Amino acid sequence: MAAISREEVAHLAHLSRLAVTEQELDVFAGQLDVILQAVARVGEVAAADIPPTSHSVPLVNVLREDVEQPCLTPAEALAGAPDAYEDRFRVPRILSEEE
Amino acid sequence: MTGVIKKTAAELGALIANREVSAVEVAREHLDRIAAVDDRVHAFLHVDTEGALAAAAAVDARIAAGEQLGPLAGVPIAVKDVLATRGVPTTAGSKILEGWRPPYDATLVERLRAAGTVMLGKTNMDEFAMGSSTEYSAYGPTFNPWDLARIPGGSGGGSAAALAAYEAPLSIGTDTGGSIRQPGAVTGTVGAKPTYGGTSRYGLLAFSSSLDTPGPCARTVEDTALLHAVIAGHDPRDSTSIDASVPDVVGAARLGATGDLTGVKVGLVREFSGEGAEPGVMSAFRETVEALTKLGAEVVEVSCPNFVYALPAYYLIAPSECSSNLARYDGVRFGLRVGDDGNRSLEEVMSMTREAGFGPEVKRRIIIGTYALSSGYYDAYYGQAQKVRTLITRDFTTAFEQVDVLVSPTTPFVAFELGSRTSDPYQMYLADLFTIPTNLYGGPAISVPCGLSEGLPVGFQVMAPTLGDDRMYRVAAAVESAVGTFAPPTL
Repeated sequence: MAAISREEVAHLAHLSRLAVTEQELDVFAGQLDVILQAVARVGEVAAADIPPTSHSVPLVNVLREDVEQPCLTPAEALAGAPDAYEDRFRVPRILSEEE
Repeated sequence: MTGVIKKTAAELGALIANREVSAVEVAREHLDRIAAVDDRVHAFLHVDTEGALAAAAAVDARIAAGEQLGPLAGVPIAVKDVLATRGVPTTAGSKILEGWRPPYDATLVERLRAAGTVMLGKTNMDEFAMGSSTEYSAYGPTFNPWDLARIPGGSGGGSAAALAAYEAPLSIGTDTGGSIRQPGAVTGTVGAKPTYGGTSRYGLLAFSSSLDTPGPCARTVEDTALLHAVIAGHDPRDSTSIDASVPDVVGAARLGATGDLTGVKVGLVREFSGEGAEPGVMSAFRETVEALTKLGAEVVEVSCPNFVYALPAYYLIAPSECSSNLARYDGVRFGLRVGDDGNRSLEEVMSMTREAGFGPEVKRRIIIGTYALSSGYYDAYYGQAQKVRTLITRDFTTAFEQVDVLVSPTTPFVAFELGSRTSDPYQMYLADLFTIPTNLYGGPAISVPCGLSEGLPVGFQVMAPTLGDDRMYRVAAAVESAVGTFAPPTL
């Protein structure tokens, strides 16, 4: 497996919405490389005829009757929000000036 | 009444039911103990004094009214801070949730309240349950009551240390790769990972959804089983919850405590013969296996050739699921928000919030998971890891055709000193070497104290087939009857 570069860590951090610092990039690049080299061992074993297991129990949709049930009030749902406006979560702008 | 804090949960439940001591007195004694020692142990992130005393008073009132309550009514409990507790701060050990008070209870917490247990507070943990030492808590580490310079294990170090420091007789942990059993082992307490799907994950702040399993912790096997019986069972709010009856774990623990293991076949995993483990840990383990043969168990060696790939597979699967699960911490609906000055975009605010809110281990795992799931690497990493999971399940299935339970040490080493492994994350990951296979498979496993090495506790792990939780309790109780419990030095 190819070694993981500092630039690659920066790209992955961007994809993960993590604004990592320059210092973190240095530390992580080295550590992630060691970890990825170690975990790459999984490539030694499983052949093409082995089916993957994603979950140890069979997954099924859990449905209930379509009947109204008590749920959180708007005030309860918004109680932990960093910012709210008229029973809604308020978020920073999504589009920049030019968009 | 003196000596309350040293009693088992079973004893306390009986004393409270017989009105020899009130639930309020029991709660007060434990709250006093927390006040006396927790500045040194730091097992708790939040102590809910008012809530505990009110819950205890309610139990006393119900008993006074002649109600017949369950065996743990009035018994104090500490809950890992990764389970949502209505109105009580819940942080998962992370700055990103500092001050958050959930508007609802996790199913487990509902069940604990319905059983009349008295929640003392929320226990410290590695951030989002990622870690093997509780040093990755954003609120500072927990210290091992056996030696305050050492780690209490992770990620549920707070739940285990609270038991070892006599701050609570019962606690709840969650086990994704060993986070109940491993702290149990290094603090000389008992911790059980139930069958995956045997306990509800509703209201558990998810780390790795296909592995996370909440479970009971206590100082004795019987107490652990009593708590297991309270929290286990089907929950329609969790799509992975198994709709089957809960095995009689309490009966099994009591049967095991008689010390008779005639007819029980115990398997030693050949691949766990001791490479990478401390000699003191291995000798305590071997002596305990010897003790089991004296109780009538037949001990044979079995081979699980793919167990050596469990650790690498786990450290791909868990980060992959974590990178997805932790996407919900985006500063919109709850928790921290940083950089929202009116000029920054949502994406910038999200990135700044997550940078400020997550600690180093969480960031490492999110980045690894993002890498393992990314186009071009998915088949080589995540896809291969899922195939390893199939092979490990086959190893367990083959082994359980030959034996009733598998045994191993719980951890390769005793509690290490704080700070000694944080600079090398992969060295830290080795702490979970013996616990991880069972998480990938989904079966139950328990850690029970089996001796001391260099004056520090060693854990003995018993693994059982899926839904065979009762077998595991029987053997664990037999271990306890043979070797006894181990009390930490007085704090």
